[in-house]
Amino acid sequence: MSKDIRIKKGLDIKLVGEAEKTIENAIISNTYTIRPEDFHSIIPKLVAKEGEQVKAGETLFYNKENEAVKFVSPVSGTITEIQRGPKRRIDGIKITADKTQSYVEHGKLDANANAETIKAHLLASGCWAFIKQRPYDVVANVEHTPKAIFISGYASAPLAADLDFTLKGKEAELQAAVTVLSKLTDGGVHVSVGVTANSPLADLNDITTYKVSGPHPSGNVGTLINKVNPVNKGETVWTVNAQDLIIIGELLLTGRFNAERIVALVGSSVKKPRYFKTIIGSEVSTMIYDNGVEQDGNDRIISGNVLSGKELNPDGNLDYYSNIISIIPEGDDYEFFGWNKPIFNKISTSRALTFSWMSPKKKYDLNTNTNGEHRAFVTTGTYEEVFPLDIYPMQILKACMYKDLDEMEALGMYEVAPEDFALTEFVCVSKQPHQKIIREGLDLMLKEIG
Amino acid sequence: MGLKSNLHNLKEKYKGTKMAPAFNAIHTFLYLPNEITHNGTHIKAADDLKRTMNTVIMALIPCLIFGMYNAGYQHHIALGEITTKANGFLGASFWTIDNLVVGLWKVLPLVIVSYGVGLAIEFLFAVIKKHEVEEGYLVTGMLVPLIVPIDTPLWMLAVAVVFGVVIGKEVFGGTGMNILNPALTIRAFLFFAYPTWMSGDKVWVHGAVERANQIAAGENVDAISGETILGSLAQNNGVLGYDWMDMFFGIIPGSIGETSTFLILIGALFLIFAKIGSWRIMLSSVIGALVMGLIFNGVVSSGWITESSKFYGLMSTEFWHHLLIGGFAFGTVFMATDPVTASQTNKGKWIYGFLVGFISIMIRVFNPAYPEGVMLAILLMNVFAPTIDHYVVQGNVKKRMKRLKAKTA
Repeated sequence: MSKDIRIKKGLDIKLVGEAEKTIENAIISNTYTIRPEDFHSIIPKLVAKEGEQVKAGETLFYNKENEAVKFVSPVSGTITEIQRGPKRRIDGIKITADKTQSYVEHGKLDANANAETIKAHLLASGCWAFIKQRPYDVVANVEHTPKAIFISGYASAPLAADLDFTLKGKEAELQAAVTVLSKLTDGGVHVSVGVTANSPLADLNDITTYKVSGPHPSGNVGTLINKVNPVNKGETVWTVNAQDLIIIGELLLTGRFNAERIVALVGSSVKKPRYFKTIIGSEVSTMIYDNGVEQDGNDRIISGNVLSGKELNPDGNLDYYSNIISIIPEGDDYEFFGWNKPIFNKISTSRALTFSWMSPKKKYDLNTNTNGEHRAFVTTGTYEEVFPLDIYPMQILKACMYKDLDEMEALGMYEVAPEDFALTEFVCVSKQPHQKIIREGLDLMLKEIG
Repeated sequence: MGLKSNLHNLKEKYKGTKMAPAFNAIHTFLYLPNEITHNGTHIKAADDLKRTMNTVIMALIPCLIFGMYNAGYQHHIALGEITTKANGFLGASFWTIDNLVVGLWKVLPLVIVSYGVGLAIEFLFAVIKKHEVEEGYLVTGMLVPLIVPIDTPLWMLAVAVVFGVVIGKEVFGGTGMNILNPALTIRAFLFFAYPTWMSGDKVWVHGAVERANQIAAGENVDAISGETILGSLAQNNGVLGYDWMDMFFGIIPGSIGETSTFLILIGALFLIFAKIGSWRIMLSSVIGALVMGLIFNGVVSSGWITESSKFYGLMSTEFWHHLLIGGFAFGTVFMATDPVTASQTNKGKWIYGFLVGFISIMIRVFNPAYPEGVMLAILLMNVFAPTIDHYVVQGNVKKRMKRLKAKTA
């Protein structure tokens, strides 16, 4: 059964540096780093100690508030460093990998297992970390039962990894994962696929598929939730990234936590953008420098897409949820009369001497310049053009800024995640940090309401 | 490049000092800053607030230039120095150097005073409050000279600008926070503080006031009439011999930039095309004005008021002429659409715009002291815009509550 979801509001940002559809094995990284900050709102309680040996799938730390929620090592090896920040905050756990990998055997899951057994299995193996929840866009709360589970099988973000390509051949794992997930909710597993796409997800059992079309954010899971079954007060939905279904599926089929992932290396600073097979936590330097990124180039390395990814240092690591590394030029230069001259080489939704409307198919080479300074909110109506959710974007942003919990709740805060505000942030004339505002708003609600 | 790196070094030098906002304002005027994104979106669209404001100014420039020629033309024709009336937009006696010289002489000082005083206050507040100089005044500063009578004394304008920027904007927190349109606040201040300079039949043509004073002093010269069409209509004196083409092209007395509906229309189309001005507000405001105009026409044709009524002149004006005379077109396109003070929701914009148009014509007809309503209508609706938005947003909130109820029921 499949239904159609067509959105009109949005914006496709076409950039130079799309990945060519070939997969290479990345150079095997010597060290792997897991950063607790990837799991927003989790306070880590360390199990691992410096110098100890761990197997792939062995617990590194757990959630201080719920010991059952474990976070595991992607590889087997020796823990060589616990990186700490201010107030002894744990910044990263660095593992030097063994030459030959050994895995913790978590055992296969009985096909007729009930929800409690499934939960326990996912928790023990570290796969729980892949299940996130809304409200708040954090790792799912074990005690809740979601009203439905949502998966986006269509990536519409700029330069996103093509899920049809990266999921190909993994039908067995995907099926195993969605079957198990469907037992955790009464509301079913809802999956979006591209309308023209040939997705491996489309033919799976135990799910409801939706054919989505239209500009970005048509592929965001937040858009799918909003159009299918928006979150009301007191309700929870779960979301899982499509590529993480493979890891969950493999665990269910083999009993091993295999953190292998296909990652797209993209962006205008990459000479040969393509796909790599690598492992969560790998050093990004293992992929980028052999493929035409200049060692001393002035580039921005992003784990994730250019709209909501994380800025990395050159010695940084692939984060827990990303299946894309984007590299674009830094824009730390002045531009003479940049605010009033006609602009042909940047994207704009206006036509105020900006000419991207004339060539909708052109691919742009954008850098990290803000193209202007931070200002108070002034213009109106621009966000609505790129925001397909049934929510007033400016009003909810302002409610977050003045921290009015009642208003945030009334305007739909339970339904949103920061990434839903990536496009409004992109087009914002006042250069306001929308995603940060929403993240802080969600954190406040999580703290005050829970 | 020398200039670029020198300015960069200066910027670093001023960083953290009190002068930083003032320096940055000038620096960013020359160069788009070297600021980069950090978290959130790593790329940003090309537009910033400066570009947005600049687009509005570009749309205003034709009105400004036309206003200068028209100031000269009205002056010369009143003195009898031009004997052949300019017929149509390209009239030979209109686009003359003589006309432009008078216009430049009278209008440029207004522009300079408006920008000089206004920007000085903006810089002062930016330095005191340690924030960057915001661009809002770039448009306000251009609007102000276009909506005042030609002979407005410069000191009066300066006082009004100080009042408008400080009370109308800065006390609320600056650009983006104000409730009332700053340019209209400035004009309203002038209107209530110096009414004799803002209305009547003397102020709309350069030289008329001076002549009146000379006559009062006993000199033997002819008086100049500087009456506007609205002023005449309000006294049931007809349209002073202007036809609708004169009104449309704007070869009539009035505030400096408001007369040419033709050029305002071009500006409106430009702003709508550039996606800077709200077509919803402009269109709904025109609809509102036409509806009110039709109602008044209906009242006249059904015989409820007679020619002896003091409202007869304006009420019997053909409904669509209301769009061409007075400041309606200018107000609708450039002032009602100010995004900060207008309604901010798309649905709200329809309601807000309609009421601006509707009330403009209502006040225009019924205001005994001053036969124009667009300024007061916009200011009034500025005050009500947040209320309109509130109810529009509540619609969305109620939908959410209903969904929740349906679930739990």
